[in-house]
Amino acid sequence: MINQKAGSVVFQNVRKTFGAFTAIPDLSLTIEPGTLVTLLGPSGCGKTTTLRMLAGLEHPTEGKILIGGKDVTMLPANERDVSMVFQSYALFPHMTSLENVAYGLESSGLSRKDARRRAEEGLALVGLAGMGQRLPAELSGGQQQRVAVARALVLEPQVLLLDEPLSNLDARLRRRVRTEIRELQQRLGFTAVYVTHDQDEALAVSDRIIVMKDGQIAQSGAPRELYEAPASSFIADFMGEANVIPCDVVGIDGAEAEIRIGGFRHRVPAGRAKPGAASLAVRPGAVSLSEGRGEGLAGRILHSAYLGDHVEYEVETEVGTLFIVDHAVDRILPAASDATLGFRSRGIALISA
Amino acid sequence: MRHGNRRLDVVLILGAVALTLLPWYRIENGFFGLGWLAGFPLSTEAAPGLVQIFAHGRLWLAGALVLLLLAVAVRGIADPMRRGAVLASTGALGVLFLSLQGLAVSFDGWTWAISQTLFGPLSDGQPSMGAGAVLSAVSFVLLFAFGLAERGVMKGDAFVVSAISLLVFLVAVFVFYPIGSMFVGSVQDFDGSFNADNFIRNMQDPSIWSLNCVIGAGRCGVAWRTLWLAIMTGLGSTLLGLAFALVATRTRFPFKKGLRLLTILPIITPPFVIGLALTLLFGRAGVVTQGLSDLFGIEPGRWLYGLSGIWIAQVLSFTPISFLVLIGVVEGVSPSMEEASTTLRADRWRTFWRVSLPLMKPGLANAFLIGFIESMADFGNPLVLGGSHGVLSTEIFFAVVGSQNDPSRAAVLAMVLLAFTLSAFLSQRVWLSGKNFATVTGKGDSGSHIALPRGLSIGVHAVVIPWILFTLVIYGMILIGGFVKTWGLDNSLTLDHYAKAFSISFDNGIAWTGVAWNSFWTTIEIALISAPLTAVVGLLTAYIIVRQKFAGKNAFEFALMMSFAIPGTVIGVSYIMAFNLPPLEMTGSALILIACFVFRNMPVGVRGGIAAMSQLDKSLDEASLTLRANSFRTIRKVILPLLRPAITAALVYSFVRAITSISAVIFLVSAEYNMATSYIVGLVENGEYGVAIAYSSMLIVVMITVIAGFQLLVGERRLRRENRVAGLATSASSRQEKIA
Repeated sequence: MINQKAGSVVFQNVRKTFGAFTAIPDLSLTIEPGTLVTLLGPSGCGKTTTLRMLAGLEHPTEGKILIGGKDVTMLPANERDVSMVFQSYALFPHMTSLENVAYGLESSGLSRKDARRRAEEGLALVGLAGMGQRLPAELSGGQQQRVAVARALVLEPQVLLLDEPLSNLDARLRRRVRTEIRELQQRLGFTAVYVTHDQDEALAVSDRIIVMKDGQIAQSGAPRELYEAPASSFIADFMGEANVIPCDVVGIDGAEAEIRIGGFRHRVPAGRAKPGAASLAVRPGAVSLSEGRGEGLAGRILHSAYLGDHVEYEVETEVGTLFIVDHAVDRILPAASDATLGFRSRGIALISA
Repeated sequence: MRHGNRRLDVVLILGAVALTLLPWYRIENGFFGLGWLAGFPLSTEAAPGLVQIFAHGRLWLAGALVLLLLAVAVRGIADPMRRGAVLASTGALGVLFLSLQGLAVSFDGWTWAISQTLFGPLSDGQPSMGAGAVLSAVSFVLLFAFGLAERGVMKGDAFVVSAISLLVFLVAVFVFYPIGSMFVGSVQDFDGSFNADNFIRNMQDPSIWSLNCVIGAGRCGVAWRTLWLAIMTGLGSTLLGLAFALVATRTRFPFKKGLRLLTILPIITPPFVIGLALTLLFGRAGVVTQGLSDLFGIEPGRWLYGLSGIWIAQVLSFTPISFLVLIGVVEGVSPSMEEASTTLRADRWRTFWRVSLPLMKPGLANAFLIGFIESMADFGNPLVLGGSHGVLSTEIFFAVVGSQNDPSRAAVLAMVLLAFTLSAFLSQRVWLSGKNFATVTGKGDSGSHIALPRGLSIGVHAVVIPWILFTLVIYGMILIGGFVKTWGLDNSLTLDHYAKAFSISFDNGIAWTGVAWNSFWTTIEIALISAPLTAVVGLLTAYIIVRQKFAGKNAFEFALMMSFAIPGTVIGVSYIMAFNLPPLEMTGSALILIACFVFRNMPVGVRGGIAAMSQLDKSLDEASLTLRANSFRTIRKVILPLLRPAITAALVYSFVRAITSISAVIFLVSAEYNMATSYIVGLVENGEYGVAIAYSSMLIVVMITVIAGFQLLVGERRLRRENRVAGLATSASSRQEKIA
């Protein structure tokens, strides 16, 4: 059976430049053993570079990387105790799936027989027992993906790296495979670093999410923390959509803060807010919409679009145009009609900037 | 570190072996004859480096010993950065020292006056480098590479650093050192002192630069004639190539598959064969000439022997190459562009002139430059057809081997030729780079190419069909020519020529009695040795260029590709100038032929390898690395199996090129190692056309067999998927089949 030995990961003031371009100015982070941590961010944010430095495919310009407490900064990829699942899977097209899985074991010096035996166990682990003789081209996308995971796992690495492992799968399969990966990780207890640009994926699988922007950590924390208490408008917008509107914190009353949005007053969880000007992140679903003028924020419908189980609105208000998702599909407000906006208790967060 | 120690130990032992167990200097009767064992280790000739220092007064060799001992001494240093620094500088110093002492001390003492005044006269000189010296140089190169690897260069990958260092070292020795010696040789007197008189005299020679044909009576200089010929050949082959490409891709021409076969012809045809066949047709005793003279009383002329004849032969020879280049270009024009144009109310003419043709322009320029360079470098056709009105490449040859024996003139002519081809090459790189609109994207570009405008379609058919017939007749002549007794005089059929060339006697066992066998077996042997070497060097270089990033990579790639633009004649001249005297002496050996083939044909392997490797996703290598495999295992287990078609192409191509090339070879053959092509040229010079043609067609048949055999042997990779990594020859054709 495959025994994982979970290791921790530490980056100490890592800096990486490519010629004149600085990909990572100064990155420090710690990943606890046995957790699944996601590096999330838009393309070009440095998340893949971070992963590749961890794998040994790039070497940092400055700083230190520790895996399982051991300094591996200058170690080449093949001497590190990590393994990686590639975005393209990178299965060797001329080898069968069994040979693919056995490849790393043989490289580590196992005899051919032992390597095959362990590779078969690995394939069984991902539910592909008996498929060992197929070439990658004869497997479906999901099966290829599982071979890639098995190939990485059989090496029993201290850390498993996954580089956008689901991006080549269709939407339905994606949901199933991400559940499988998470389940496997929790069952075997290995440390995993998962790179993705899809926040749903990150929310679904992670113990902790590290959101990166321009080579720096924008915020890190548990999925719930990031979604419900974003530290910046960037996080708020990136972790699911959000309308960021200006507001004034009028007063703080214990855990709640009273805020003023235009001419409208509302109470929200205070967080770290201080009195004065602030921003409010409002999820599209956190706004209630009623016809005509009433108690609340006055608005005017610009567009509406019917999408089956919900209606999307763009509403013009005194604090800007808001994007609103309304689940009341039996009643659709026409464009150019007046509406009144209210705020629900969930899905609204004060952010400092 | 443990791993680093093991490889270091191996190299240190190699260095020690080089100094103690192998003869340091070149063995006159051949190292592999092992005759030197008798005098080993004490005789002056066979003594290893250590004995040479202490017993034979070659005290300067102690430098190599000291540096090696230094490397042994630092082996114990634990800090990899410091140890790496010392090892790298020791290696670099070692290589530098060995080259300097080799150049500075010749047979009878110092080569340079300045070293004489600095160090005082030497009592004794030294012969050329031998096995010991060469192995010693290689181990210094490896020490240098390991030192850099320990300092973390190339992510600490010793294999990659060593490969780069060795390649740079080899290219320096076999490409740049000869060219450099040629430059130096042109301003040297016979005794080696500086004397630019010959150089200046030759540089100003009116027979090179005269413009008489423009300003008055007489003929222009050879440089201008060569340039004119190259431009005309470039234009001719590009236009014909375009016509062929259009017919092959944009019309309903019934024999498209047959057209494809045309592209193989220049690969398997020895370069002078076309010229030879032309003389059989249009020479003074040629079939056509005689026929016209009999029918219409037209006086047989000598018009074929000169630029016009060479031009026809070259256009015949190089049109297939430009066809191959332009097929890709014509197909690369995205059909959606043309469809867009037609939906914008342009008719087919307007679409062709305003959209398709402009998109092909960079490709056309490229084809022109290839034709230009090929024409400049061509040696076989001008030799057969040029007579006394030669071009630069033949003039170089006659300056060396003829009665003139003026190496300085050969060097000057070679420089002029080199200047022409290198400027064409540079303009190709600088001017055309990044101007390729006709790229096939990975996305499915559906839609079909529109048909040619009617007038143009008729036009290209009118050009292509007669030209195909002409080519068929030419190749027919080659095949039949060997069976005809004496062309023009006695046209009866005979097997005499074949018998003379390839007879075998079974009287006392098998005896190869034919005159051709000797050169034939030598050719095959040398081609068989050099083909795998070429493939290894070429593909390794391709791997480094595509997969590794390092400072100076662009310069490295550029220098390699530039060596492709050096005409064979220039290589030939530079090799005999560089490798005739110490420190490296190889003329007259098989080694020089092999080296010449490897470094002349390597760029083709590099190009094929680059094309194939850039289609292999880089994540495959990275996956292999993260799966604990080092880069050597990655190459062996992942890259090589996936590159099989490219390997086959490189092997076949270098094998065939080694058989067909003539330009460089003709300078380097010796009585012992004569090659088929130079032997055939000798036959032509003696007027033995029948045997020459018979021998040529035999070579063509052999090469077709070899190519077909390789294709069958290697077969397909076992990937159930479309041939993603198509090799050199197959790439264009497989792409075509998809379109067709």
